[in-house]
Amino acid sequence: METYTAMRHFADSWGLLGMTVFFVGVVLFTLRPGSKTHADAAARIPFEDDKP
Amino acid sequence: MRYGAEIAWMSLATFLALLGAGFAADAPFRAHMWVLFAVLAIGTIVLLRNVSFEPEQPVDQSAYMDGPIRYGAIATVFWAVVGLLVGVVIALQLAFPDLNLEPWFNFGRMRPLHTSAVIFAFGGNALIATSFYVVQRTCRARLFGGNLAWYVFWGYQLFIVMAATGYLLGITQSREYAEPEWYIDLFLTVVWVAYLTVFLGTILKRKEPHIYVANWFYLSFIVTIAMLHVVNNLAVPASFVGSKSYSLFSGVQDALTQWWYGHNAVGFFLTAGFLGMMYYFIPKQVNRPVYSYRLSIIHFWSLIFMYIWAGPHHLHYTALPDWAQTLGMVFSIMLWMPSWGGMINGLMTLSGAWDKLRTDPIVRMMVTAVAFYGMATFEGPMMSIKAVNSLSHYTDWTIGHVHSGALGWNGLISFGAVYFMVPRLWNRERLYSVRMVNWHFWLATLGIVIYAASMWVSGIMQGLMWREYDEQGFLVYSFAESVAAMHPYYVMRAFGGALYLSGVVIMAWNIFMTIRGHQREEVPTTGTAPALQPAE
Repeated sequence: METYTAMRHFADSWGLLGMTVFFVGVVLFTLRPGSKTHADAAARIPFEDDKP
Repeated sequence: MRYGAEIAWMSLATFLALLGAGFAADAPFRAHMWVLFAVLAIGTIVLLRNVSFEPEQPVDQSAYMDGPIRYGAIATVFWAVVGLLVGVVIALQLAFPDLNLEPWFNFGRMRPLHTSAVIFAFGGNALIATSFYVVQRTCRARLFGGNLAWYVFWGYQLFIVMAATGYLLGITQSREYAEPEWYIDLFLTVVWVAYLTVFLGTILKRKEPHIYVANWFYLSFIVTIAMLHVVNNLAVPASFVGSKSYSLFSGVQDALTQWWYGHNAVGFFLTAGFLGMMYYFIPKQVNRPVYSYRLSIIHFWSLIFMYIWAGPHHLHYTALPDWAQTLGMVFSIMLWMPSWGGMINGLMTLSGAWDKLRTDPIVRMMVTAVAFYGMATFEGPMMSIKAVNSLSHYTDWTIGHVHSGALGWNGLISFGAVYFMVPRLWNRERLYSVRMVNWHFWLATLGIVIYAASMWVSGIMQGLMWREYDEQGFLVYSFAESVAAMHPYYVMRAFGGALYLSGVVIMAWNIFMTIRGHQREEVPTTGTAPALQPAE
């Protein structure tokens, strides 16, 4: 198979699946139960800088 | 400082530039190498004159490294004035063609000078300076790599000077937003890798366990720009002492590579990097944490996953395969969601502090920037729809769109960041004048509105004139007639640009006086409490 065709097939099958799964995983992980406390603590990082 | 190694390397580079001038294969390269020789020779002499043999002060490794950020803030303001001034000049050149001064200052050479000066010189310096500022303060760590940060700053300025002088000499590889030729591209690659090293090194040695979201945006901007820059500039020089190269790609592949680069330069340079600013400076200026940190993480990943596919919308109705055009269009429309999610996140950070919009012109500037981010990211996907694009493409509507994004979003958020940083970097109690910030805000906003509105009218008129057929199937208007019809809008556009420029000149004065340590006597923008009246 041509390189172009092989890469094209990979991109619209496993490549697409892999990226979709990763993205959905990131969203689910971000919204997991109990993440809000971590997120609120992280949001305060800019204010915890003691130096000028 | 003794600068031993620096002086040796600079001298060697100066000598190489001299050799380049001597053995040049073409006249523009010769002239360009003389420019490089002069710049490097001056730099070497300045270093030599600053050598001091006194014992060196030990560097406080716990303090932040703010020197390159101070220089970066000044460079940001300087290049803003230069880039916008060139913009006003080329706007006037379009309205009054007699202003084209052959050969160096004609529109074809000045236009890339303007785009590079505002995007890479002004925007790039703003990004480098703020990223160094933010990464240290959110990682609570000093910049990694010692003097490497200085190399990044000065190397980047040298890139700007070489790119700018190259354009005026007529050296270009004709790739939009990537006009510099192969030797400047190679040099920029080295500087950019140094930038990545400093930024990533600082993150790695952080004392704060979590990497704050602004740093994610900055890092994605640095990494993606490195990738885009390298792939887009793959070219074979015709001579190693010449200013001409040939792209590795040809035909439609070349076009797609160019716009894969071009649109992601918008997506990662002008969007992701500046969102890093938004997620740090807006919370700091309104003194409230970001509205939803989890939304900011989803904003980040959605942007990363979608933006990279949007480039083909620049090539609608070309030789690019239909499926690729449709893919670009669909991903552009999907970008509505993360863009508006991010905009809402930025705006809602003000909830409970909306009164600051009235009292603090810096907050007003930042909020208007986010509003323009929302408007430009609404308009862009709409223009990427094929049916709309068939009207808007190649017309001034596109120019109006990029300027509402660049002047409104990138410009205003950078000015807000500069106004925030400068008093803190120089340990000043406050800015020289807050009222002048207010003037800057209104001049800038009015300028953008005039600019965008006149370009909407002229762009849509232009598109409609081009496609107007009579009942026998002949075009109604010649091209020259559509050019003549746009003259009044070109004059209005130049006026809007001049307003925006005048706001930036006011900022330059304000920043200059703040650095000098002056404070203007003025009534605070928060107003004075009304005198109490006794009850009758």
